[in-house]
Amino acid sequence: MIDWFHPSLFFIVGAFIIPLVRGRAQQAVMMIAPVLAVYTVYSMTPGTYWTYSFLGVQLTFGAVDKLSIVFGWVFTIMSFIGVVYALHVKDSGQHTAAFFYVGGSIGVTFAGDYFTLFVFWELMAFASAYLVFARREKAAIEAGYRYILVHIFGGVCLLGGIILHYLQMKSVVVGPLPKDGSLAFYLMLVGVIVNAAVPPLHAWLTDAYPEGTVTGSVFMSAFTTKTAVYVLVRVFPGTELLVWMGTIMALYGVVYAVLENDARRLLAYHIISQVGYMVAGVGIGTDMSLNGSVSHAFAHILYKGLLFMGAGAVLEMTGRRKLTELGGLYRTMPITLVLYMIGGFAISAFPLFSGFVTKSMVVSGAAHDHRPAVALLLTMASAGTFLHTGLKLPYYMFFGKDSGLEAKEPPLNMLIAMGIAAFLCIGIGCVPGPLYALLPYPVHFDPYTGDHVTSALGILLFTGLGFFMLLKKLDPEPTISVDTDWVYRKGSKAFMWFASKPVQTTDSYVGDLYNTFFSRFTLALCNFLAKVFDIRGIDGTVNGVADFFISLAGALRVSATGLVRNYAVTMLFGGVVIIGYYLLSYLMRQ
Amino acid sequence: MIKRLVLYVGNPANAKQLKKLSYIALVIVFLSDFLVHREHALYIWDKIPGWGALYGFVSCVLIILVSKFIGHQCGIMQDEDYYND
Repeated sequence: MIDWFHPSLFFIVGAFIIPLVRGRAQQAVMMIAPVLAVYTVYSMTPGTYWTYSFLGVQLTFGAVDKLSIVFGWVFTIMSFIGVVYALHVKDSGQHTAAFFYVGGSIGVTFAGDYFTLFVFWELMAFASAYLVFARREKAAIEAGYRYILVHIFGGVCLLGGIILHYLQMKSVVVGPLPKDGSLAFYLMLVGVIVNAAVPPLHAWLTDAYPEGTVTGSVFMSAFTTKTAVYVLVRVFPGTELLVWMGTIMALYGVVYAVLENDARRLLAYHIISQVGYMVAGVGIGTDMSLNGSVSHAFAHILYKGLLFMGAGAVLEMTGRRKLTELGGLYRTMPITLVLYMIGGFAISAFPLFSGFVTKSMVVSGAAHDHRPAVALLLTMASAGTFLHTGLKLPYYMFFGKDSGLEAKEPPLNMLIAMGIAAFLCIGIGCVPGPLYALLPYPVHFDPYTGDHVTSALGILLFTGLGFFMLLKKLDPEPTISVDTDWVYRKGSKAFMWFASKPVQTTDSYVGDLYNTFFSRFTLALCNFLAKVFDIRGIDGTVNGVADFFISLAGALRVSATGLVRNYAVTMLFGGVVIIGYYLLSYLMRQ
Repeated sequence: MIKRLVLYVGNPANAKQLKKLSYIALVIVFLSDFLVHREHALYIWDKIPGWGALYGFVSCVLIILVSKFIGHQCGIMQDEDYYND
């Protein structure tokens, strides 16, 4: 009886099998791996498993407690939904990358030491970058390079922090870091918040996610930021800085979403906004707020996946991604619309939908921790969430001005995947008990009190009123929004200018000087040396050696028949000689 | 069934009827906030009936106006080929 099995292995082994099989067999492998992984998480009990000693460091692959199990649940469930959504895709490379990506994410979740965590962390970064490259358009490839460069920067910070931490503490066990303001603490924090997309280190997300493939972006929307949230909960609970970073994040995403015209980029800005709630919850650090962060991550993965699937379905069927070019799709894609709206209601925290029972826990956590400003600002951000994801996006995509696009519903597997996610969004909202039971701390929270329901409905419906009153102001404009990626997108141009103009000019000037004053003298000396040493001494030796090898090669050529049998015999003979030599020398020593 | 509902909502001919329904919903939600118990209230605004409605509306208007102001006046919104020169 195996007491524990690593769920990542199903994905990593699966990733090696996928390119070898085709058609139905490939689809079967893709479906079976997540199902087995879900079952493994289901049958898990807390404990420490799979520890190995490596170069004097204890590596732990299976550190299992309530926190890792709840993330294990949602990652494996979402991987199943993502796989169903991608079943029709014929590109094996994308499936392989997605499997490595999920495997990395689950590996981080169960890593008990920082080195193991780091290895899986980097696996995620590289595997997910492929999902951007796989769209094979110029914009996607450029965004993919920027994505991987930012993640390498984050990874180096994290690794630097881990090494400094190890040198100070002589320990690599994953756990809450002492808030001593050391360089190790801040380096690790920067490494993690790059992945959590905390401004100003967030621009990789809104740059790359809308450029990924339709199915790849669904995986990306679920895993990278939420794995980072898991690490924040595990390592940085109660870090005051994160409270305000998270609150700013929640509003930052909302402001940019107003300006955005690209459907999937608008949703990406709302990932930043929603992860802001989780980051703020981690910063507050009470049992209730940490529970809030974890449960919100759980619900978020499902409804954000659903929203990305909906926008992806529209992109897949129409080839359009800009709100200015979409509209009137309600007649041809009604099922997609309804499923998308379920995700929209869930993210907006409508009562009976999943966001309501999780987001309110973070906001209440802030209120109970005597942070009224944080609670108010987070509530404001939730009005903005409904405004964009629940109203603006569906209005301009499915209703509004008819674009005259001839679209139809997406393939059945995409609809089924969206259906599963929608079912879970409603299920968690109506019956939050099972999710609450999974949370790391005991839950003393009831979202369905009378005043909470009516005030939430008031906020949402009157946001709707504001939306329709200011509809003209909200018309999408065909623009892009400058974000902090400006620094390296325009900065790289400045660097290239600097390299090509001042540096190159100086270089050729120095080169001229060198030629004029040094090269002539050196050349004359070289000529003299060449005549004396080179021709007489060195050439003679080289020619002699060459002659020897030519004759040797002639002899070998005859023996090299190309017959594997002969080579095998030679190797066997050599092996026997070597073993015989050692055996003999051993016996002689006796 | 779902399809018929979607087609009904989307049809411009039903806009008036939908508007009427929405106003009724707004009034019901606003009034229901006066009828609930508030034993969980932590802050002063939690005790004001209709606070959610007011705060939601003000938030929405603020978010739209402030964002558009920042977008247009601070050089955030640029042409689509801004980075391709």
